[in-house]
Amino acid sequence: MSRRPSLVYWTGFAVILALLIVAPLVLPEFWRRFVTEILIWGLLAMSSDILIGYTGMVSFGQSAFFGLGMYGAAAALLSVAPPNLWLALVYGLAGAAAAAGFVAYFSTRLRDIYFAITTLIFSQIFYVIIFTWTAVTGGENGLTFDRPALAVPGLFSIRFTATTLHWFVLAMVAGSYLALRRITQSPFGMVLQSIRENEARTRAIGYPVERYKIVAVMLSGLFAGLAGVLYALQNEFAAPDFVFFLVSGEAVIFNVIGGVGTLVGPIVGAAFFLLLREGLSRFFTEFYLIPLGAIFVAMVIFMPQGLLGFMRRWLNQ
Amino acid sequence: MSPAADTAPAAAEAAEPLLEVDDIHSYYGKSHILHGISLAVGAGEVVALLGRNGVGKSTTLKAIMGLVQPSRGRVRFAGGAITGLPPHRLARLGIGYVPEERRIFRLLTVIENLRTGLDRHGVGKERKKALLDKVYEFFPVLAERRNQAGGTLSGGEQQMLAIARAMMLEPRIILLDEPTEGLMPRMVGQIREIIGVLRRDGVAVLLVEQNVPLTLSASERVYILEKGVVRHHARSNELHADDGIIHQYMGI
Amino acid sequence: MGVPLQQVLIQTVNGIVTGMILALVASGLTLIFGIMDVVNFAHGELFMLGAYVGVLTMAATGNFWLALIAATIAIALLGAVIYLTTLRPLLGRDPLTTILATFGISLVLQNYALWQFGPVARKIAEPITGHFTLFYLQYPWYRVVIALISAAIIGGLWLFLKFGTWGIWIRATTQDRVMAQAMGIPVPSVLTTVFAIGAAMAGASGVLFGPLTAVDSSMGVDWILKVFIVVVVGGMGSLAGSIAAALMISLLEAYASLWVSPAQAVIVSFVVLILTLLFRPTGLFAATGR
Repeated sequence: MSRRPSLVYWTGFAVILALLIVAPLVLPEFWRRFVTEILIWGLLAMSSDILIGYTGMVSFGQSAFFGLGMYGAAAALLSVAPPNLWLALVYGLAGAAAAAGFVAYFSTRLRDIYFAITTLIFSQIFYVIIFTWTAVTGGENGLTFDRPALAVPGLFSIRFTATTLHWFVLAMVAGSYLALRRITQSPFGMVLQSIRENEARTRAIGYPVERYKIVAVMLSGLFAGLAGVLYALQNEFAAPDFVFFLVSGEAVIFNVIGGVGTLVGPIVGAAFFLLLREGLSRFFTEFYLIPLGAIFVAMVIFMPQGLLGFMRRWLNQ
Repeated sequence: MSPAADTAPAAAEAAEPLLEVDDIHSYYGKSHILHGISLAVGAGEVVALLGRNGVGKSTTLKAIMGLVQPSRGRVRFAGGAITGLPPHRLARLGIGYVPEERRIFRLLTVIENLRTGLDRHGVGKERKKALLDKVYEFFPVLAERRNQAGGTLSGGEQQMLAIARAMMLEPRIILLDEPTEGLMPRMVGQIREIIGVLRRDGVAVLLVEQNVPLTLSASERVYILEKGVVRHHARSNELHADDGIIHQYMGI
Repeated sequence: MGVPLQQVLIQTVNGIVTGMILALVASGLTLIFGIMDVVNFAHGELFMLGAYVGVLTMAATGNFWLALIAATIAIALLGAVIYLTTLRPLLGRDPLTTILATFGISLVLQNYALWQFGPVARKIAEPITGHFTLFYLQYPWYRVVIALISAAIIGGLWLFLKFGTWGIWIRATTQDRVMAQAMGIPVPSVLTTVFAIGAAMAGASGVLFGPLTAVDSSMGVDWILKVFIVVVVGGMGSLAGSIAAALMISLLEAYASLWVSPAQAVIVSFVVLILTLLFRPTGLFAATGR
């Protein structure tokens, strides 16, 4: 997909990575957290991009996957003592994968708009279950728990500091990015893009389109779930608010703002959105969504390729 | 219907033609479909476009009707430029369109189909009734089935409905795209009659057809298209169905 | 089982009442989708703003019927504005962009309402006080009246579509937009009008539903999901389908609330949706075709 010379690309990547590594050491706590949040939401948005940008399926199901990742981690951290980081990851990813499988089974056979609505509704199904099953999920109040230590049993165990947690998140997100990049540029990824371009033709050529779509949803679910686990680790609580479909909507917004189908775009979109939110809240307090929503709508109409697409065209002039 | 125009072909060509297409190009995605089509239709004339499948005959009609935007070139109608105008304006200006596959509104009844063209500003009840009566007189089967859903009509009946519907607009020209396609052979004569009626009423017809004998007998002039350009232009009575030219461009 | 028949019958009435309002909202959404392939995410917010216009009008005049009319007109206008500014430019494009755009609009409208009216819920007073005896309950008249009005509006819509020039234009445009244009139908105006009508129906529903609930900025969000489910179950684009689905789902939920809490009764709609997707994904009450 990217025609940029590799050297320029990897240099850029290294520079940004370096900046992100240094960030917690130089930024005040508030901004440090901010950057970590951008990374987590960026990961969520990237997971969404697999579907929207690469396979051409707009999904509002991310909040379910994110939420189950979060609650899965919570379950691990609350039920097993001492709280185990790796177990949290496993539970979270398993939960997200289960949700993704469930959603994939019902939705992938539907076309575009129906798919979008169905994923939305399934997100809400999970929300309602989590919200009302108070005994297990803590209902409205959610669950709180302690952050586990970074431990390899038998070898070492270190408590996370703000900085090391940031590095851990960064490692996970950067790793995910690289993995996703590999996947989207692989033959599998090419098939996904071919589905986006012309599903009928891809099917006619002989590809089992439904199966590819299901795998795409599962992948998307896994990475969204990872984001959920990271969020749980960062904030030490799980709440149903994050399973509400609006979270899915935000992931989609990050994608559109940044530029779909680019993987980097969603992260840029997340950063842009969160920064805008920060800035707009100074003036509009909690009603920042009014101008932000308007900006988003304007971007859908006038800059459908997102910021990245806009930059690309601007640079090519 | 519009008052009978002077149907002498020479006179019609001398004055500015009713419809004039000047060097239009069009694309479908990256495919260059029309490579510069130019043609003219005089008031009350029946002109035909012949050519194999895919040469751009239907696209030419669509470009005239504003359903396809030409990337280059102009279209003039009744003395005014119409390139780029939306289709609903063109219909109101007096261009009727009867597409390939007829495309009647399947879920609307026959009378409702007719009303899509009939219900216009400035057309009083009297005139509407007169128009309907005229069309029912000529297509009695439509009168019989007036409250039936369009989708329940046979292919031939749907074709009649499609033409009748366009006639409701009281057009000065009707763009007729492959009217005999998918119809039984015995309907061809009926199509010829219908074109004759339109001509007698002074309505010009731009006919796209694959049926060569029908085309030559029903029209006054014919343009032969190949690969998006006009290759040959002649008076219909100078051509015969077995001419070399026809063989060359129609591949028959 | 032990559930007295009387309770079941009362729930039937309740189900029909909410079902009719739901049908009214859903009809607007399905009408819009049928004609322009737009899934209007902001539909819930139009419903909510209609309720607020009702609140304001009631505060100014104390007249419920004026509130209903005001909301219908105001939201119709809002709908037209939304269509002209954000949806018309997106007409030729991927239909998914309209989902995104209307989603963005819903965020704006929702927060706007929160900003203007604050988080405290408002109330719309019942248009008609007084009860009648339904078995052992004193059943409020206004619920029945509201259901009747909703039915009347839907009936009016049906008549409008069936007879009259605009009805033909709307149905023709829904079936074949290109040929409608070729027949001289002013399709751009038809699309704007249909969106406005759909919006107006949502707005009116907001006022009608007002007395049954609290009016606050999240009303739309609570309802939009159910409306989507109704439209998908009924068959997108099918007016009759959404009405039938609305009634069915409302009735089932009303019965379910005999056993579980209302918050959990919504599971019913989810189950109906899943079943529909498994067995009749084009809609339980097969769409009348496009």
